[in-house]
Amino acid sequence: MSQTDDHTNNDQVDNGHVNNDHVNNYRRKFLGQLAAVTATGALGSGLVLNNFAQARPADEAVSSNVRYGLLIDTSKCGNGCDACVKACNDENGLQGFDRPETDAQWIRTVKLRDKSTNRTVSLPMMCQHCEFPPCVDVCPTGASFKRADGIVLVDKHLCIGCRYCMMACPYKARSFIHEELTGQVQGIPRGKGTVESCTLCVHRVDKGETPACVEACAKDGHKALIFGDLKDASSEIALRISKEASMQVRGDLKLNPGVRYQGI
Amino acid sequence: MAKIHYREIEGNSINYYILLGFFAVIIAIALAATYYMEHNGHHVTGMTNQIVWGVPHVFAVFLIVAASGALNVASIASVFGKTAYKPLAPLSGLVAIALLMGGLSVLVLDLGRPDRLIVAMTNYNFKSIFAWNIFLYNGFLVIVGVYLWMMMEHRMNKYSKAVGFAAFTWRLILTTGTGSIFGFLVARQSYDAAIMAPMFILMSFSFGMAIFILILMGSYAGTGRPLGTAVLSRLKNLLGVFVAAVLLIVAIFHLTNLYATEHHGFEQFILLNGGIYTFLFWGVQILLGSLIPLFLLYSPATRESALWITISCVLVITGGLAQMYGIIIGGQAFPLNMFPGFEVSSSFFDGVVNHYSPSMPEIALGVGGVAIALIMVTIGIKVLRFLPLSLDDAIVDPHYKPATEETAESEATA
Repeated sequence: MSQTDDHTNNDQVDNGHVNNDHVNNYRRKFLGQLAAVTATGALGSGLVLNNFAQARPADEAVSSNVRYGLLIDTSKCGNGCDACVKACNDENGLQGFDRPETDAQWIRTVKLRDKSTNRTVSLPMMCQHCEFPPCVDVCPTGASFKRADGIVLVDKHLCIGCRYCMMACPYKARSFIHEELTGQVQGIPRGKGTVESCTLCVHRVDKGETPACVEACAKDGHKALIFGDLKDASSEIALRISKEASMQVRGDLKLNPGVRYQGI
Repeated sequence: MAKIHYREIEGNSINYYILLGFFAVIIAIALAATYYMEHNGHHVTGMTNQIVWGVPHVFAVFLIVAASGALNVASIASVFGKTAYKPLAPLSGLVAIALLMGGLSVLVLDLGRPDRLIVAMTNYNFKSIFAWNIFLYNGFLVIVGVYLWMMMEHRMNKYSKAVGFAAFTWRLILTTGTGSIFGFLVARQSYDAAIMAPMFILMSFSFGMAIFILILMGSYAGTGRPLGTAVLSRLKNLLGVFVAAVLLIVAIFHLTNLYATEHHGFEQFILLNGGIYTFLFWGVQILLGSLIPLFLLYSPATRESALWITISCVLVITGGLAQMYGIIIGGQAFPLNMFPGFEVSSSFFDGVVNHYSPSMPEIALGVGGVAIALIMVTIGIKVLRFLPLSLDDAIVDPHYKPATEETAESEATA
């Protein structure tokens, strides 16, 4: 500023009113530049802030006004059908290594036979997305977490592979990755030494789509799986659950799973 | 009691270096096994998606539990004021730290991502008993370290009782935490019981004492320092009481389960038709690891013999490992009861007894944890003054008389 002041004083002394225009021009230019710098700064910081806003963890943007869940009508489950299992494996890139004891299974077909009546039932079993998930309770690092919309996930950056969640899950829903993986599907983080399970196809749900298993079941004409918002009274899943009998597996544990079954 | 003189061991003999070399080789093998498992992934181990905690956890939890038990000798001296145990207190602290380090090493090296240890140290979910245990373990190392300082630094002796009390309280909480890792698992028939915590505390008394007696006898035999029967007799009698206490709580655990119909399946599995797990329970844990040592420790024919006391300790440790194997692996082998009243089958081994056969790398890692503990003790007693020059009867307890039947019984019931 001192330089500017000196310059201005000299102009006034030496060149009269012509110099006043010069001064005004100079001031205009200076103020203009200042405004430009300020505007750039403001815009720039705005952009930076905007970027921060977009980089916030996905779970913070998720609303707890929604609770996603599944209703599984076992009476509609096709005999020997494994369309949901195949769709899950394809969607999430779960390739096996021909080692059934260590290969990851996010969804599996469970066959039940009533010991007293011999009645048989077949149903898909996966992460039940509990309201009070024991896996989240026991996880030492907080890698196992529940989104506000009820989807239970594993943060692949925090999982240390202690496998305590697998000890705690009443549904055997989780798999530990026992070997190096290659060719993972983009957007489905998976890796050796960490634990994973059904994500309820969170990448599809966030785009407003339904999970791959639900889509495949409908495509096959069974429509045994219904996906939706349990809190939305007008959704098909909420309407069905309010009118028809359904059950929670291990309901005695009071974990309030987001997955309900009919016909067991 | 005469004044106790503590001295470092010389540690210059060829045998000392052979011992160090032996432990070092076992640790090297364990590290190689860890590299092999971590490089290839856990599919090269016996662990699966059904049995997620294998032999390394058996060793790790055993060592961690034994660590807190090893501290009891020091606690008896400073908390309960039994002066006869005072000469043993520094070694007790050292063994406690060493066993915990050995156990934690195995636990960490068996993680899916041991490279993320820093994550476990910086991210805590305080609802997780596992997270609490990280604090309990680290805190134990610090408190016992300070306790050793108070005991071994003459100027600080006056604080040793207070710190000893803190260490004793901490170790009880620590073992409660370790037992609760299993006690808090609501999903599984084999766990989900508050009795897990006190059971682990009693197990720690027993396993820790057996290991402590072996290390004490080994180091005195190796250095040629006198170890009188007064010390040994007290320790082995205590061991007997602890073994009996574990038997009692194990009996309560199973009797309570047997009373509840919902647990009959699990009890049948462990007690009757569980194959290896039934054998480990009756054959190793109960007979070999409890009843036979109890007999040996109190029978007039064997109770004074250093050899039989050694054998008893080895048997208690063997029984303890079998018990840990039954709890950790047997507990996972028994299928989850997802659909009561139904026969369940799937591609993910639902409804069947899960198969597990330990692999060599897992065993190597587990044994490596034991070697880490023992090498720490071996080096520790050479570097610092943990061991009294003599634990002769005349020094420890001049009034000690070799046990007659009556004195042995009165000590056992005391």
